[in-house]
Amino acid sequence: MSNKVLVLGEAREGALRNVSYEAIAAAKQISDGGEVVSVLLGDSVGELAAELGKYGADRVITVEHPHLKQYTSDGFGQALLAVIDQENPEVIVFGHTALGKDLSPKIASKLQIGLISDVTSIEGEGDAAVFIRPIYSGKAFEKVKVKDGIKFITIRPNNIAPLAKDDSKSADVSSLSVDITNLRTIIKEVVRKSSEGVDLSEAKVVIAGGRGVKSEEGFGPLKELADVLGGAVGASRGACDADYCDYSLQIGQTGKVVTPDLYIAAGISGAIQHLAGMSNSKIIVAINKDPEANIFKVADYGIVGDLFEVVPMLTEEFKKLKVNA
Amino acid sequence: MNIYVLVKRTFDTEERIVVSGGKIQEDGAEFIINPYDEYAIEEAIQVRDAQGGEVTVLTMGGEEAEKQLRTALAMGADKAVLINTEDDVEDMDEFAAAFVISEYLKDKNPDLILAGNVAIDGGSGQVGPRVAESLGINYVTTITNLEINGTTVTIKRDVEGDTEVLETSLPLLVTAQQGLNEPRYPSLPGIMKAKKKPLEEVELDDLDIDEDDVEAKTETIEIYLPPKKEAGKVLEGELADQVKELVQLLHSEAKVV
Ligand SMILES: Cc1cc2nc3c(=O)[nH]c(=O)nc-3n(C[C@H](O)[C@H](O)[C@H](O)COP(=O)(O)OP(=O)(O)OC[C@H]3O[C@@H](n4cnc5c(N)ncnc54)[C@H](O)[C@@H]3O)c2cc1C
Ligand SMILES: Cc1cc2nc3c(=O)[nH]c(=O)nc-3n(C[C@H](O)[C@H](O)[C@H](O)COP(=O)(O)OP(=O)(O)OC[C@H]3O[C@@H](n4cnc5c(N)ncnc54)[C@H](O)[C@@H]3O)c2cc1C
Repeated sequence: MSNKVLVLGEAREGALRNVSYEAIAAAKQISDGGEVVSVLLGDSVGELAAELGKYGADRVITVEHPHLKQYTSDGFGQALLAVIDQENPEVIVFGHTALGKDLSPKIASKLQIGLISDVTSIEGEGDAAVFIRPIYSGKAFEKVKVKDGIKFITIRPNNIAPLAKDDSKSADVSSLSVDITNLRTIIKEVVRKSSEGVDLSEAKVVIAGGRGVKSEEGFGPLKELADVLGGAVGASRGACDADYCDYSLQIGQTGKVVTPDLYIAAGISGAIQHLAGMSNSKIIVAINKDPEANIFKVADYGIVGDLFEVVPMLTEEFKKLKVNA
Repeated sequence: MNIYVLVKRTFDTEERIVVSGGKIQEDGAEFIINPYDEYAIEEAIQVRDAQGGEVTVLTMGGEEAEKQLRTALAMGADKAVLINTEDDVEDMDEFAAAFVISEYLKDKNPDLILAGNVAIDGGSGQVGPRVAESLGINYVTTITNLEINGTTVTIKRDVEGDTEVLETSLPLLVTAQQGLNEPRYPSLPGIMKAKKKPLEEVELDDLDIDEDDVEAKTETIEIYLPPKKEAGKVLEGELADQVKELVQLLHSEAKVV
């Protein structure tokens, strides 16, 4: 039986996040030919709608309201519940982002349904779909299904490939007006700390530095390498605790979880709490002067050496590769 | 102030994970208070010390969870509640867990509930917000700072590395993120006192909950370990050659750049 799927599109500073497209791809797999409807919430999101069609959404519903300018669980919750009420979807897909993590349990609780969080892959199609998610900080996986009722999942960014963009496709766009009232939370201020440029949790390449980087300036060569590869810079808690960088860069159990195609760990020992945030990366490279460092156990490729020698050499070598390509 | 802290007993993920018969082997493993719940307990104690009132730590689980509750009492919580589900339910999910906890809390009129933002074993991060929603109170997740002035609450929360400053009011549920505080270790006198602090044990019957009410909405079909990674390749030779080789491998073999 085909399923109608509702997908939450997520914008950040005026642009759609990749995970919005990944969620459409996930939706297609579960829809079994059913309609995929993207939802966009905000104070002015209309012009983003067309892009979702190019990535496979059949329809886009926008809810615009001044109270949706900033995310609050009350505001977005009311808007989304109104859309769900109108559309009666069989499946709902969110990104497992800060917003998705905060909002999804509220919706699930309101609808008295199950919710499978942080899905990294989907097996099977349509009603037979089962969901795979990491447990025990990525040391094990569980395969979960919904017993009955609405299937509600959140997907981890960077794990489910989006569909190829097709400029010839377009989605029907409609808007729904919802009365957003009684917000119990008032956002006073947002202090942006995350670096401009590539979003760490969605980056295809992450260059991470640890205590071995030794200083704030020590992150310079890592940043250069990241720039050459179009990647983002990350860090271990060791480096954050030592004040070499901001906590917004921390990767691991208590930081961000990343799954890039390429993760380069420089001067990171590979503590279990760090591995929790990156061990599912596709390819892991370790650069460490200690051949016994734990990070080599999870690395696909390793260089034993001084990062201050190796990283600049790598940058030069990648530059040559880019020139020749 | 009437403060509750939701505390989960978790498998210490520093342990090696062994799966047998489709289940995680728990025999002989270390169990701890979920690390984020330690921040929640610490914050609750600090709020009580500043504002007065009482901190109750609440766990749903089996008999063994008494150990983690005693630790929380030794840190400084006043009372503990164990909702013992051992004999009643086979498989719980987040819906069921939140349902049971909310049923217990619904007539307790908490002013403030603190939870962890995620349990390091189950990892869903659902239980806190679900409980708040069931109780009809507001929630704020991944907080790194909490200030209470009368019923006005000012919070800093972590949003993927950015900091959001917001204002809300009691009653409220918050979930703790790293950076909120430095959890204290139980002191020796604390441990002695904890033995005499009240620990109430209730079962689903006492809460008028039927087994049907807590039927899970989702079902775990299989638990498995990630495929063993082949031993990685540590490069050898002159450093300059290693670097060249690595770039070639990433380009031609791994095809990631
Ligand atoms: C509850 C809890 C949660 C935690 N959460 C996280 C988390 O989310 N993320 C996280 O990362 N950690 C976390 N930790 C901390 C973790 O246990 C480690 O302490 C931390 O990851 C260590 O950081 P590090 O590898 O940078 O430092 P270290 O362990 O000190 O390692 C530094 C490495 O750099 C190498 N090195 C030094 N100089 C050079 C050089 N010139 N060239 C090459 N290599 C060099 C050394 O050989 C060493 O291996 C957590 C801990 C706890 C208890
Ligand atoms: C196959 C399987 C069978 C299971 N069977 C059972 C079972 O029979 N009985 C059982 O109790 N659990 C059982 N569980 C675990 C249960 O499903 C989860 O613990 C529960 O849904 C919480 O989800 P989580 O771990 O993702 O917590 P999260 O939502 O990530 O936890 C966030 C926060 O909520 C609070 N919290 C979460 N759980 C509890 C709790 N139990 N008590 C107090 N506070 C809590 C804590 O503050 C925690 O930091 C089972 C899990 C699986 C996979």
